[in-house]
Amino acid sequence: MLATAVIVLREVLEAALVVSIVLVATRGVVGRGAWISYGIVAGTLGALAVAAFADAISAAASGLGQEIFNATVLFIAVAMLGWHNVWMTRHGREMAANLKSVGTAVRLGDKPLYALSIVVTMAVLREGSELVLFLYGIASAGPGQTTELGGGFALGLAAGLMLAVGMYFGLLRVPAKHLFAVTGWLILLLAAGMAAQGAAYLVQADILPALGETIWDTSYVLPDDSVIGKLMHTLVGYTARPYGIQLGFYAVTLTVILALTKITQGSTRRLAA
Amino acid sequence: MSKPLRGLSLVWILGLALWVPSYGQDLSYELTIKDHRFEPLELQVPAGKRFKLVVKNLDPTAEEFESHDLKLEKVIPGRSEANLTVRPLKPGTYEFVGEFHQKTAKGRIVAK
Repeated sequence: MLATAVIVLREVLEAALVVSIVLVATRGVVGRGAWISYGIVAGTLGALAVAAFADAISAAASGLGQEIFNATVLFIAVAMLGWHNVWMTRHGREMAANLKSVGTAVRLGDKPLYALSIVVTMAVLREGSELVLFLYGIASAGPGQTTELGGGFALGLAAGLMLAVGMYFGLLRVPAKHLFAVTGWLILLLAAGMAAQGAAYLVQADILPALGETIWDTSYVLPDDSVIGKLMHTLVGYTARPYGIQLGFYAVTLTVILALTKITQGSTRRLAA
Repeated sequence: MSKPLRGLSLVWILGLALWVPSYGQDLSYELTIKDHRFEPLELQVPAGKRFKLVVKNLDPTAEEFESHDLKLEKVIPGRSEANLTVRPLKPGTYEFVGEFHQKTAKGRIVAK
């Protein structure tokens, strides 16, 4: 049961952390609960569909369908995270000001909640489909597997949720003045990490060159499949043995999103003046 | 066939001709998954050469072929097979697992 729980935890961890960061980033916005719930529901339905059509996806694009699919899902999330950060440079200050007056909910109809909703969908979709296939495998091993399945799933899910809840309340301790700056950085690193992971899928598919097989190797200190490794992987894009091109994608994503925010900041100031 | 179309087809055929042999000359090895175990448990491969790894999943349920050492992860649906490209390896031992059945599905590639 414990082995099952660990796998479940690894698969739900990323989605759970993404949801908690998104929840903090949308703090005080009316309707955020609904948008994030839509994201989770759409992601879950999507995961079931992807699991059901796993054969077709794997066989697509001469057997590279899975790699291309995973990379696409990641790149969509990266774009949405970047878009959110750029939007926040325009409106973050007014939101923070509103947050400081306690209990005032902000009604910002045009806050791109759909962007973060899509991010949640993508996070749940990708890891969720693997989880569905894994659990289906246990379930079909026979009727004696109920404890293994139910217990392992519940335990893993609970552990994942606990980490996410911890992250959420930890972040809420950040003073309101700095809160959106902190979530902005978290989202930036999340995006860069996802871009690097997308690049790794495309190297696996032989679509992108590796540009350096192993830039460093820290698998003895912090292996990728440990819970902390996985946690760092989600939060800052940690990989024990990165390809050169992964570092490239990481750096380019950071630079592009930061540059776009700076440009937006400049034009906002000019508007205000 | 119109002239530009003919030109275009020529480009495609040339492109394919250049592309296909780069795959054709690859070495190929095969792994089978049955009852959540790999067969063979150990593959001996030459170091420094890229090769194709065909993983056949004979079980009715999906398995995720995963190797952090080889930097590969791919879900293989039940009763299907997947092709993976393994990049040139330094001499050494590279472990892989079936992530969905890690207790039994373990194996390694030894590059010499």
